[in-house]
Amino acid sequence: MQQLDYLKETPSQTAGPYVHIGLTPNKLGNDGIYPVDLGESPIQNGAKGEVITIVGTVRDGAGMVMRDALIESWQADAHGIYPGNDPRGAADPNVTGWARIIADFDSGEWTLRTVKPGRVPFPDGRMMAPHIALWIVARGINLGLQTRIYFEDEDNDSCPVLQRIEHRPRVDTLIAKKTGDGVYRFDIVLQGENETVFFDM
Amino acid sequence: MSDTSQTESKVQPRPVSKGPLFFRDRDWHPAAYTPGYKTSMTRAPFRPLVALGSTLSEETGPAFGHSMIGELDNNLIMNFTGQPAIGERIIMHGRVLDETGRGVPNVLVEIWQANAGGRYRHKKDAYAAPLDPNFGGCGRTISGADGSYEFLTVRPGAYPWPNRVNDWRPMHIHISVFGSGFGQRLITQMYFEGDPLIARCPIVKTIGSDRAIDALVAPLDMNRAIPMDCLAYKFDIVLRGRRQSFFENRKEGL
Repeated sequence: MQQLDYLKETPSQTAGPYVHIGLTPNKLGNDGIYPVDLGESPIQNGAKGEVITIVGTVRDGAGMVMRDALIESWQADAHGIYPGNDPRGAADPNVTGWARIIADFDSGEWTLRTVKPGRVPFPDGRMMAPHIALWIVARGINLGLQTRIYFEDEDNDSCPVLQRIEHRPRVDTLIAKKTGDGVYRFDIVLQGENETVFFDM
Repeated sequence: MSDTSQTESKVQPRPVSKGPLFFRDRDWHPAAYTPGYKTSMTRAPFRPLVALGSTLSEETGPAFGHSMIGELDNNLIMNFTGQPAIGERIIMHGRVLDETGRGVPNVLVEIWQANAGGRYRHKKDAYAAPLDPNFGGCGRTISGADGSYEFLTVRPGAYPWPNRVNDWRPMHIHISVFGSGFGQRLITQMYFEGDPLIARCPIVKTIGSDRAIDALVAPLDMNRAIPMDCLAYKFDIVLRGRRQSFFENRKEGL
């Protein structure tokens, strides 16, 4: 028989408790190596669309707010085009789309200021509801967790990804709640009651 | 959307990345709930993951340009104060590949580590080994046209950590790597050939198979060592591949 000759993906290991040394050294206080931490903002001045702020926490199965969580976000621009390498064309030049967010060392709260993304097509052409992809790492997480932020003031019912969630009440864990003008709340629960939906995509 | 000139001046030009990602082999990666590593017990999701193929949201990803990388960013011996750090000098090098074996160019590789005594420059680390005033502990680079990357650093020390009463981490360097798609995002740790602590480490053993663990152990590479200067270790990083077929992306109902 012939060999397939594929390589195996490098196995993951936890980011550990000291992830900030590598990924946000300035926020940790280790200044002087890099001028700024990467991923400070997914938008620049002049980005088209509605500017929004999303605030939240990451909680573990014991109900503790995690002050060592690191989240990265990735999103399309207001027209639903991804920056950089979207095969459908160029995005808003003032949207980089990517942010690196850390839980506050004292309160555990995280904040993402961005523009609300547009709808993006699913592989079969149907449209996914506006969403921001998240990747969460921390001590105790062996493989980065994939989830998504959706918005309660959008039409989420026809989203082909959300439709794949069999236990319908759990869809609500992916919906950011509007708490003010342009402000949303999105709390992530890693384990137990109200556990956030995580994806294998 | 019409103005592309600004984008092109800010980011490295890259080919458009098409194709769904290879499915992740979850039996190869560590499970989420691994009691030997105690912290995972409250941080592992208990519900099954919602599994489906990748979409544009996973197949596209952020771009990083060579221009953002400083001259000493991949030199951890010199990049903190400009004075050399103490320790066994090593080159860490390898290639970023995908599962089809192709080199992945222009992707960001970031590393962080303890100093030669096993102490991290982090407010939460109170280990007895002293900080090295000339060692910050992080570095970054962008992979070359063939996916290659290289760092100059010191070999990190082993250190004890609070888990079972006498658990020690083997010498290791943390690695964060991007692909061309956000769904390829990966963090892992590189271990060193011959370290007897690897087989005893509960974090290493979150991985189920010996073959997968071997994929995280860097061999000594005397061909890349520099005589009278430094040793070298080779560590290739493999990201999820991309499927490409005429039969992909069939419309609904076909």
